[in-house]
Amino acid sequence: MNAPYRHMPVRTLVGMLTVAAMVAGCATANSPEQTPANVVDRSPGTVVSPPAIAPITTEGMNGKVLAILTDPKSALSKRSVYFDYDQYVIKDEFKPLVDAHAKFLASQPNYRMLIQGNADERGSREYNLALGQKRADTLRQALKLLGVREAQLESVSLGKEKPKNEGHDEAAWAENRRDDMLYRDSTKPAGEF
Amino acid sequence: MYNFPFPVPADCFLAAELSGQRIGATLMHFSLRNLLSLLLAALALLALSAHAQLSIEITGAGANRIPTAIVDFQGEGLLPQGVANVVRADLERSGLFKMVENGGKALPESAQPAFSDWKNRGADALVVGSVLAAADGRYEVRFRLYDVQKQAQLTGFTYLIGAGQYRATAHRISDVIYEKLMGEPGIFSTRIAYVMKSGKRYELQIADADGGNPQTALASHEPIMSPVWSPDGTRLAYVSFEAKKPVVYVHSLTTGQRHVVANFKGSNSAPAWSPDGTKLAVVLTKDGGSQMFAVNADGSGVRRLSSSSGIDTEPRYAPDGQTLYFTSDRGGSPQIYRLPAVGGDAQRITFEGNYNVTPRPSPDGKTLAFISRNSGRFQLAVLDLASRQVQILTDSAKDESPSFAPNGRMILYASEVGGRGVLAAVSLDGRVKQKLSIHAADVREPTWSPFQK
Repeated sequence: MNAPYRHMPVRTLVGMLTVAAMVAGCATANSPEQTPANVVDRSPGTVVSPPAIAPITTEGMNGKVLAILTDPKSALSKRSVYFDYDQYVIKDEFKPLVDAHAKFLASQPNYRMLIQGNADERGSREYNLALGQKRADTLRQALKLLGVREAQLESVSLGKEKPKNEGHDEAAWAENRRDDMLYRDSTKPAGEF
Repeated sequence: MYNFPFPVPADCFLAAELSGQRIGATLMHFSLRNLLSLLLAALALLALSAHAQLSIEITGAGANRIPTAIVDFQGEGLLPQGVANVVRADLERSGLFKMVENGGKALPESAQPAFSDWKNRGADALVVGSVLAAADGRYEVRFRLYDVQKQAQLTGFTYLIGAGQYRATAHRISDVIYEKLMGEPGIFSTRIAYVMKSGKRYELQIADADGGNPQTALASHEPIMSPVWSPDGTRLAYVSFEAKKPVVYVHSLTTGQRHVVANFKGSNSAPAWSPDGTKLAVVLTKDGGSQMFAVNADGSGVRRLSSSSGIDTEPRYAPDGQTLYFTSDRGGSPQIYRLPAVGGDAQRITFEGNYNVTPRPSPDGKTLAFISRNSGRFQLAVLDLASRQVQILTDSAKDESPSFAPNGRMILYASEVGGRGVLAAVSLDGRVKQKLSIHAADVREPTWSPFQK
């Protein structure tokens, strides 16, 4: 059956298209008894490809703060307060540290502090964000009571999104139930936040 | 050679046979070197995309799957990849179809199939199709779906497409087949969004529902969470921490433009679109505590929705837009509540256990998917809102962030396997199960798009 066609010298893409067009042509030209009922319900259909995505890449933000805040010999270089499981009160062991940061902020009215609350990995992300917020709010209240102006403070939460310890045991979780204190000089374009 | 039960015009039949030979002849014009470099380039591309693409493993299937034969589409070699394979994978993944032996050989789409042969192979449904090059450089893709028992065509369509649309076309064909046989819309043309974390890099990605064609909408060195599709499927709202704090954005996917919806002092989180797409419910801490507010989609007109002394979060509108489901610890432990979308008295919904969070109403509003803690395990559960019956759908321990398919048949959620974040999907009856993972990356925060408009 194929034999006559083997002699056809059609070797180009154009030839292929022609053959394809022949097929298309005969499919629609078939008489009813030779084709299944309803050749094609609707034609031609349209296919809408999902649109291409235009990506955005974010930029980091980092700037310098006073050396006293980062010098390892300075008490103010300690920036974390840790919490017990399901607890939102500042433990006694962290009170001197909170006190030192309150004194710094009171003496540096241009400085702003961002308090980032964190939660361990167990449970819902959005609910954990709210739990981290409770921890950050606790520290903000403590600093206010020690005389820091409200305008210098912002308490936010990272929930369980940025674990300091990526482990999955009690030791890791204890490290992640935490507030971090970030500083910025409000007269400068950038700081730690 | 395939045996036709009725006379076929010889010229048509032979022309169809011939088109296969022509492809071979055309390829011979490529030098071997060209062919090799093409192959190498294709392989390199494959390796790249395989690295960052979700791979799907089917781990459970429905009880009564429709035995279906999808025959290779005649001429599908003209396209970058075959259409039939994508359709087979789509239907198989749904857990509702069983692929039967398809003969491994394309059949003329215009000819009457030998129904008795297909019956003998055990097929109840049969799909044949063809791909033809159109004169304008596009391709005409045709297919027909047959009921083998009734020996009748159920439906058939023609699509005129560009070569790059072969996947979208295959998904559309799968949708038509699914809808015809299941009586409900298919979800193969929908998309999913999720957050991929690899190393310190976070990416908000959009992929086809089968994990294919992944594209990055946002890349950041700070976390991204809570993505959620606008009801028209053109925008995503999400929370990004690029400013070292949670801020809610609305991101238009086609233009790459985005704007801040909520960046108040404190945390801004948990966006949820109203079904009409005009506003979002968000959680703000600006007035103390974590409380729910409504805000217009452009960020204007913020007003408070709830008022409690504790945590109110994870809002989701019911499909009718009248009710807001949310999580609150006002009763001592986190439980699911609902209140009128305009504000008002809250009503508690969950009572079993002491940790029920992340309410997600089904598209028909009859079911609530949520996460329930049982003996320290966080599991995906569903609540029938009429009967108040709760059913736990998984046996995993770290389930999060459920998201309904727009036809309500499957729930996509995040889980963990071997310490790594994966996505999983389960049918409402718990039978059909899939696992979606990316090699060497954490995947989380899945959200299923609405139907493509």
